[in-house]
Amino acid sequence: MRAVREMSSGIPSNATSIFDVAALRRDFPILQTTVHGKPLVYLDNAATSQKPQAVLDALARYYAETNANVHRGLYQLSEASTRAYDAARHKVRDFIRARLKCEIIFTRGTTEGINLVAQTYGRQHVKAGDEILITHMEHHSNIVPWQVLCEEKGARLRVAPITDTGELDVQAFQRMLTGRTKLVAVTYVSNALGSVNPVKELIGMAHARGVPVLVDGAQAVPHLAIDVLELGCDFFVFSGHKVFGPTGIGVLYGRAELLEEMPPYQTGGDMILSVRFDKTIFNSLPHKFEAGTPDIAGAIGLGAAIDYLNHVGMDRIAAHEAELLQYGTEVLHSIDGVRILGNAAHKASVLSFVMDAAHPHDIGQMLDGEGIAIRAGHHCAQPLMERFDVPATARASLAFYNTREELDALGKALERVHEVFG
Amino acid sequence: MGQSNRALYEQVILEHNRKPRNFHAMEDADRRIEGHNPLCGDHFTLYLKLDGDVIADISFEGRGCAIAKSSASLMTTLLKGKTVREAEDLFVQFHRMVTAKPDAPIDEKAVGKLAVFSGVREFPIRIKCATLSWHALLSALRGTHSSVTTE
Ligand SMILES: Cc1ncc(COP(=O)(O)O)c(C=O)c1O
Repeated sequence: MRAVREMSSGIPSNATSIFDVAALRRDFPILQTTVHGKPLVYLDNAATSQKPQAVLDALARYYAETNANVHRGLYQLSEASTRAYDAARHKVRDFIRARLKCEIIFTRGTTEGINLVAQTYGRQHVKAGDEILITHMEHHSNIVPWQVLCEEKGARLRVAPITDTGELDVQAFQRMLTGRTKLVAVTYVSNALGSVNPVKELIGMAHARGVPVLVDGAQAVPHLAIDVLELGCDFFVFSGHKVFGPTGIGVLYGRAELLEEMPPYQTGGDMILSVRFDKTIFNSLPHKFEAGTPDIAGAIGLGAAIDYLNHVGMDRIAAHEAELLQYGTEVLHSIDGVRILGNAAHKASVLSFVMDAAHPHDIGQMLDGEGIAIRAGHHCAQPLMERFDVPATARASLAFYNTREELDALGKALERVHEVFG
Repeated sequence: MGQSNRALYEQVILEHNRKPRNFHAMEDADRRIEGHNPLCGDHFTLYLKLDGDVIADISFEGRGCAIAKSSASLMTTLLKGKTVREAEDLFVQFHRMVTAKPDAPIDEKAVGKLAVFSGVREFPIRIKCATLSWHALLSALRGTHSSVTTE
């Protein structure tokens, strides 16, 4: 099955040849641009990723040649548009290795996916006195929806602690799974630290107690091959814009058995089978959760991004990024007064750091002057910042199109920061 | 560093960032106020001692970026001995300067030493950093709140 999928996703026969970063970079128009007269060094990929020409073309081609609403017209354009939208769902299914196409719900992004589950599954199953278990390294979007749900229901939000290296305390996590736990929501990869959580193990622990698990895959999908069946997760969410696709589109995967039982999130057109004033019958999956005209172009753009990633190869991406991460870590260690936050044994290519002499904002500003884009701030993870007693960090987050030379430029610019502010 | 960054990070700013003046708590302060910038996680506490309508003593502590910290530091050096009215007037001039267009002329006489912050005009996002301590000060002088935030 897997082999067939790979053939159809168009991995070239030279898949095992050297990873040609220079060639890949040429696929990204924005990487050819300059900032303040210097070549753009884009190291803010955890915030959003850049888009290959293939994605830009897919969007333009859709609007130029196929644009029509889906599931509505009997005319040829509408059929073509519906087919293209459906093909995108198919690509997503294969990309995360889900069983059924109807288990793929298009959303606006990770945030909407989590809110959908909180407002449907959560409201249906969580009662007063129950518990929802998250971790200390969650993004705000995997904290607040649960907090609001708990307040509404009189339930309790529990937070599994992390260690000083930024790893989840797995034993504490296991202890915090109790007879009251109704749901676990955990990030696969921390956006602020890069830590990769042992989600398969965590899911096993939760399932042993009959507790379903939502995995926030926003930061995992750009770096790791995903197999939701192997993980065994009940829900998996991610955003298109972080995997080289457009903004405004995201994915919620849910096991069909669970999705079937869940009430709709939003109601309106497309999500119904029939409407009468005395009774409305909801449509089947996935349409039940896709009320209104969806982001058709966005889904098609995401499909194009997935084709592109399949072409590059997630395994080769992971290998290149592992090398970059190691090199980037060495570069940062070589600079006086730099401290890296997040030293988990298993990390994605995220380098979060602070400097003795300069505040993250000043670092970010100085790097911008060199054409280097990093994020400086709390990364929508304020509880995590508090855990490490820092107001903010500077974060360089890498994608497969980044290079050692860019990390050298980062190192050089940071040395300058040290000189100016030290 | 880039041309505009050189204009932003004036030597005076870097120097105040390294060695902030009046950077300590004040046990016997008459007024104490917190200033937050939740987006940056910046957080300062400002202390004031008033003698009638004269600022007899002023100090601050906390953490933040170079612009926020040096602005607070320079502010404390300029306001000791000034009246409330003079402090307010200086803030009006300062605010006018940092929010002006990048090429607007600077009224050196009106803003005095604060002219070192004119580079902020090119980075509107840093206006909040430069004015955080001033907003805290005004609020403390008016005695209306115990904390201010930029958001
Ligand atoms: C781990 C994680 N979860 C959730 C989100 C939210 O994603 P979005 O803003 O695309 O909904 C992000 C994005 O910053 C993230 O990094």
